Amino acid sequence: MTASMPPAPAPPKERRAASVLLEAGGQATLPPLSRRRARPLWEIWAVFGICLVVGVVVPLLNVVPAETSALHLSEFFVSLIGKLTCYGIVAVAMDLAWGYAGILSLCHGLFFALGGYAMGMYLMRAIGTEGNYRSTLPDFMVFLDWKELPWYWHGFEHFGFAALMVVLVPGAIAYLFGFFAFRSRISGVYFSIVTQALTYAAMLLFFRNATGFGGNNGLTDFKRIIGYSLREPSTKAALCAISGLALGLTYLLARAVVGSRAGRVLTAMRDVEAKVRFCGYDPVAYKLFVWTLSAVLCGIAGALYVPQVGIINPSEMQPSNSVEIAIWVAVGGRGTLAGAILGAFLVNGAKSWLTATFPTAWLFVLGGLFVLVTLLLPGGVVDIFAALARARGNVARGIRGAQSKAVAPAPSAAPAGPVGEEPRP
Amino acid sequence: MNALLEVEKVTVRFDGFRALDDLTLSLEAGELRCIVGPNGAGKTTLMDVITGKTRPTSGTVRFDGRDLTRLAEHTIVGLGIGRKFQRPTVFPNHTVYENLELTTHGSKRVSRTLFAHLSTDERLAIERTLELTGLTDYRDRIAGLLSHGQKQWLEIGMLLVQRPQLLLVDEPVAGMTQQEIERTEEILVSLAGKHTVVVVEHDMDFVRSIATTVTVLHEGRVLAEGSMQEVQNDPRVVEVYLGA
Repeated sequence: MTASMPPAPAPPKERRAASVLLEAGGQATLPPLSRRRARPLWEIWAVFGICLVVGVVVPLLNVVPAETSALHLSEFFVSLIGKLTCYGIVAVAMDLAWGYAGILSLCHGLFFALGGYAMGMYLMRAIGTEGNYRSTLPDFMVFLDWKELPWYWHGFEHFGFAALMVVLVPGAIAYLFGFFAFRSRISGVYFSIVTQALTYAAMLLFFRNATGFGGNNGLTDFKRIIGYSLREPSTKAALCAISGLALGLTYLLARAVVGSRAGRVLTAMRDVEAKVRFCGYDPVAYKLFVWTLSAVLCGIAGALYVPQVGIINPSEMQPSNSVEIAIWVAVGGRGTLAGAILGAFLVNGAKSWLTATFPTAWLFVLGGLFVLVTLLLPGGVVDIFAALARARGNVARGIRGAQSKAVAPAPSAAPAGPVGEEPRP
Repeated sequence: MNALLEVEKVTVRFDGFRALDDLTLSLEAGELRCIVGPNGAGKTTLMDVITGKTRPTSGTVRFDGRDLTRLAEHTIVGLGIGRKFQRPTVFPNHTVYENLELTTHGSKRVSRTLFAHLSTDERLAIERTLELTGLTDYRDRIAGLLSHGQKQWLEIGMLLVQRPQLLLVDEPVAGMTQQEIERTEEILVSLAGKHTVVVVEHDMDFVRSIATTVTVLHEGRVLAEGSMQEVQNDPRVVEVYLGA
């Protein structure tokens, strides 16, 4: 584009010619940048509120008030909230891939678990010689009569190395798997089924003792993290606060991606992949990008989750876990980031409550919830908010419309109106 | 002679059926060419081969000297070939403005589009396109809600902001009113010269009014080529296609 071209005068006659249009340069009056879909300000505030509660209020209410105080929150509650927050991060990651880019992954539980295992390996090494067998090796290795640390455990005694692996391992696996799947143009249900097979295969692998990750018991009995005892309430409160911060950052990152031109390419690709190709974009690159990013976010969530719940084992890789992640997002609202977070909190909150009070009812409730939401709120729970906002908007517009009609004849073309606020099909 | 696009001895076989049969065709820079032919003559297949959607069984397609037959679709677009599909295809959940933004001429790499902002130049091009296609008032409308004709216009607009050297336009006036057809004519004619335009069309009146050169395809081969008048008077063409 030659910005240095002489300014092209744009008299009405010439403006009709397409060749003028295609010429670069010119200094015709430029209207302000087109009004995009209204920025979801309420969404940003809602998520900010959640993060504030999780990151500041809950930890403080655990640490500051005396245990007898009515304001005191129990440790159990703090870890529960911390856990839900980690699920919230996973939901955002899932929504990026599924809601915005149309890639229904049924192996996000695997990426979550891989991040968790990487953190778990660090926590195992951090136990030192305080294990049951007083050995420098993790307990399960002593139990299996192993004499030395397998090669792939080296380095995990350093927190920094483990943190790197939390990001690298899920990212690399997602990238490799995605590269072959997307390049072969595997999409839709076929992709979902293959991902499910992937997490199932990984689960079988991790169940084996010989794999070296503690078999079906997984990794547990953690003592401390970077020097802080995991039994201390303050450590738990801090982990909860960090989770809240991580959720906030994840949200901001996801919002930035979705709001960029690349984000619009992703959504365009979800809707009409062939056309995206004919606009000059390589769908493989875009899918790989969002898919790998999503996997990395899941890994981080898993790494935050493990020290808070104190265990990681292969059951996290069950295909049903990954399906549940999709349910959170569907219930909350696909294609709205706040909806995904809301869904994760709602479904998992209900799960912790119901599995404690009516353990047998949980799966029925989950199934019923999924059916009901699909039937009544196809856009998820956020549809309720959207409908409320629309109702209010319609009232306001109705009044304005009546006024403008009284003043002047209605303009021929109505601008976007209410439909413009609803991005989903 | 300065050939921009050279299709040489291209054959495309689908299960024994020859959609294109040893087809040779050459286009000069700045030309406006119409391709006509009865159903199944291979018009759309030819477009598919040029844009990389279909790989030819044999033969080469050269654009500006480069062989296209091994390149991916998005790479071919990057070289400067734009295509408008037969059925209007727009991004239904994006606004008209966003649809145009996505096709602007610029880097299409993820690392760029993540941080891309519209330059003044690009915004100007979008504004002019909106005006040209009569979509200025609909700039913030979700494209899925446009009428059929408006979608056609939007797609043409998307092609224009892409600034391709070669435009392949598949049935641009299908489903348009007479008035819209005339506007389309105007645009396509004004594009020729600076850009090379290939139009596939069934509407013979439309072809008559815009074309300088017409290529008639029949059963995957070039049956005749020349001005509309020459072609119309060719007995073979009359036999297979024009009839009246």
